[in-house]
Amino acid sequence: MIGSAVVAAIVAAPIIAIAWIALFPSENIWPHLISTVLPRQLANTALLMLGNGIGVLLIGVASAWLVTTCRFPGRSIFEWALLLPLAVPAYIVAFVYTDVFEFAGFFQTTLRALFGWQSAKDYWFPEIRSLGGAIFVMSSVLYPYVYLLARATFQEQSVCMLEASRMLGRGPWRTFFTVALPLARPAIVVGLALALMETLADFGTVDFFAVNTLTVGVFNVWLNMGNAGGAAQISLVALAVVILLLALERIGRRGQRFHHTSTRIRPITPFELRGPRAAAAVAVCALPIIAGFVIPALVLARHAIVNFEQSWTPAFFTFARNSILLATCAAAGAVALAIFLAYGRRVAGHTIFGSLSRIALLGYAVPGAVLAIGVIIPLARLDNAIDALARDLFGVSTGLLLSGTVFAIIFAYIVRFLAVAFGAVEASLTKISPTLDMAARSLGCGPGETLRRVHLPLVRSSVLAAATIVFVDSMKELPATLILRPFNFDTLATHVFQFASDELLEQSALAALTIVAAGIIPVIVLSRAIRSPHAAHRKPGFITAPLPVQPGIAE
Amino acid sequence: MKPFVKKTAIVGAVVLTVAAVSAMAAEEATLTAGEVNVYSYRQPFLVQPLFDTFTEQTGIKVNVLFAKIGLVERLKQEGANSPADLIFTVDIGRLSEVFDAALTQPVSSPALTAAIPDIYREPQGNWFGLTRRARIIYASKERVSREEAPKTYEELADPKWRGRICTRSGNHVYQVGLTAAMVAHYGEAKTEAWLTGLRRNLARRPQGNDRAQVKAIQQGVCDIALGNHYYFVKMQQNAEQAPWAQAVYPVFPTIGGSGTHVNISGMALTRAAPNRKNAVALMEFLAGPLAQQIYAEQNFEYPILDGVPLAGVLKAMGPMTADTMPLAEISKYRSAAIKLVDKVGYND
Repeated sequence: MIGSAVVAAIVAAPIIAIAWIALFPSENIWPHLISTVLPRQLANTALLMLGNGIGVLLIGVASAWLVTTCRFPGRSIFEWALLLPLAVPAYIVAFVYTDVFEFAGFFQTTLRALFGWQSAKDYWFPEIRSLGGAIFVMSSVLYPYVYLLARATFQEQSVCMLEASRMLGRGPWRTFFTVALPLARPAIVVGLALALMETLADFGTVDFFAVNTLTVGVFNVWLNMGNAGGAAQISLVALAVVILLLALERIGRRGQRFHHTSTRIRPITPFELRGPRAAAAVAVCALPIIAGFVIPALVLARHAIVNFEQSWTPAFFTFARNSILLATCAAAGAVALAIFLAYGRRVAGHTIFGSLSRIALLGYAVPGAVLAIGVIIPLARLDNAIDALARDLFGVSTGLLLSGTVFAIIFAYIVRFLAVAFGAVEASLTKISPTLDMAARSLGCGPGETLRRVHLPLVRSSVLAAATIVFVDSMKELPATLILRPFNFDTLATHVFQFASDELLEQSALAALTIVAAGIIPVIVLSRAIRSPHAAHRKPGFITAPLPVQPGIAE
Repeated sequence: MKPFVKKTAIVGAVVLTVAAVSAMAAEEATLTAGEVNVYSYRQPFLVQPLFDTFTEQTGIKVNVLFAKIGLVERLKQEGANSPADLIFTVDIGRLSEVFDAALTQPVSSPALTAAIPDIYREPQGNWFGLTRRARIIYASKERVSREEAPKTYEELADPKWRGRICTRSGNHVYQVGLTAAMVAHYGEAKTEAWLTGLRRNLARRPQGNDRAQVKAIQQGVCDIALGNHYYFVKMQQNAEQAPWAQAVYPVFPTIGGSGTHVNISGMALTRAAPNRKNAVALMEFLAGPLAQQIYAEQNFEYPILDGVPLAGVLKAMGPMTADTMPLAEISKYRSAAIKLVDKVGYND
């Protein structure tokens, strides 16, 4: 599939551009870095990724399992509500929690009133602006990726396997850990990878919380030392770590097959929980929502209402329109490309094309600002080349056609979020048995037709899920938008930034709240999209979903 | 849904989206006469009043693009076709960067040369300072007496201040500017010793912005802090922040026996500038008495132009004598300064 290769090359271009800048640093920064800040930055980054990884796994997998297999009060609400933190930008959550937990914030003021303490030296209170605080904030906002994918996978499991495991003598906990969890591994790993890549790419939160990570190092070298090449080198090192981790995981998974092969499927009948167990389940599901969505929304709402006069401007509608249009185009583009690439990989197997598409996925782990530079370089080169050509041939200057326009922003969003779309689509495609492909081919369908008539209907809910995640992420995106946008063009996020960058949370609250509100509806759509197909579309005689596997093949 | 209806719906949606996107693209500023395009590191709400006044006076429209990072790279890549005429910065670092990357062009304007002292502009006219921001010490009214308060930046490293100082991150451009000034006056070895001493005196890990340091003083976390001077007035104007400002008094320390360290916000004309004449007109306006007055009255920064009356609250803070070392000179040491900050592990 030459088409897929070309597409993969175009999307990989920004990353390659970053690699190219890395070849020309203005000076060699490594001796200085290694002897000063690098060890600490590496340690902090590792700890942050570890903490976030554990946090999102625990929260995401536990809540997904509970919501899928158990029945307890409020479950149908938790099912979609657990996705709500997706709508909240991480840097906003960071501001909110600093607001709430700092010395003059609600929490400590109440404590001081209760206990009669006067000043900061009278008592000890954990510092929110620390590594621990960053892990707390980022886990609360990133767990939905794991939750989403784990839930989709758990739903599609047939209870037959679980019953088989129970009949063979394993209790419910062991069944969970030895059968259900390993089967869900590809999907959970994708969710975990997304969460970790976003951790690596984040700059706003760690900068605000004064946590010295690799990404902070990237920006320090770039801005203060004026050494873009050196900054690109550090970025590449971080990317190398991501690649290494993902490769290790793949190797660990080699030889295992996760697709289903037989024909019968029975949906899971939820297991009723009562009393203290039900209360525990409710707590496990409610706490992440409260931490990741409810508290930020309430704090923002309070600031927005108090400062409404100052923050409201009729330009709000323009900002919202811009945000939504950009996000829609990015979602459509990312999903189309993801399907193209995932299917191309399925058909072509592991070749040079496979590596190219892997490079294209790294966009998610690169900080937005660095990616923006990676986008500008090829686009500006292209524009200037066309301009030079036009001058030579026609004596006319075409100026800048692509860079500095909306196209550049959409391209950057697609490159950045392709990993998300691709992950969701590929995880779903993996579950479709190759025998379906072979059957379709033997009946005379070419690859394109097989894609259209067989695969797409099967992965439709994943595609919709991918589109909504990219949409919500694009609404929140900030650093790349700031750098790439044309004049007189603002989105809700860039408008928020004007004030948030000065730590003036009050003025930015209204715009931030709008971003959150705009993200809620897609999140609900998302939740409905991945709800179990067994309940929704049961068509007799038609294969509606991937089917259960014989025990023994999975492990 | 019938296949035909569905297909039409999809096609219709695609067409609408394309139309909307092209409409957005067409709305973007087309370069006609009567415009100036500015890449700005300063927030729009700070500079908009000035631009609005300029547009009123001359009819020239000003388009502003604000970002905190990446504008220099964008300018570099766009090359000769860049739409940007001017670049606005919040400190000397970005100005030097743009100049060193050969992205500026010299402006020879008698108006500018007369208005701006030579220590605050590049000799050939590649960049110009517009306002000055002094980096001062905020001292707690309760816990630091006027006699005790440090009179020089050097005193901040004195062990008597152990655990009593708050600053923002050592990597922030304002702190880097101060450190670079120290290197320019005292050399690297002494500045490293100073930074080590200052770091030991910190009450907490550097975090937050300048206002947050004053907040910390009010809360009893520390006794003195470093910050830019205009926040003192700005905090008093904000209901929530006024108590912070009321808990402190400003001190104007000196450096190297000279004066208080000042940084500048500035402007540079880009090499590509498609609207050169309009851009120079804007530059001259901004250095002129009217704009400098607005800077002084609305942003409370020290104007670059002599003889502009200061706002009452600004005058009340006390007399300010600025360091006489040229900013261009100080800027050369920024790289060394940042390396020292890393070396002493200031942010950890």
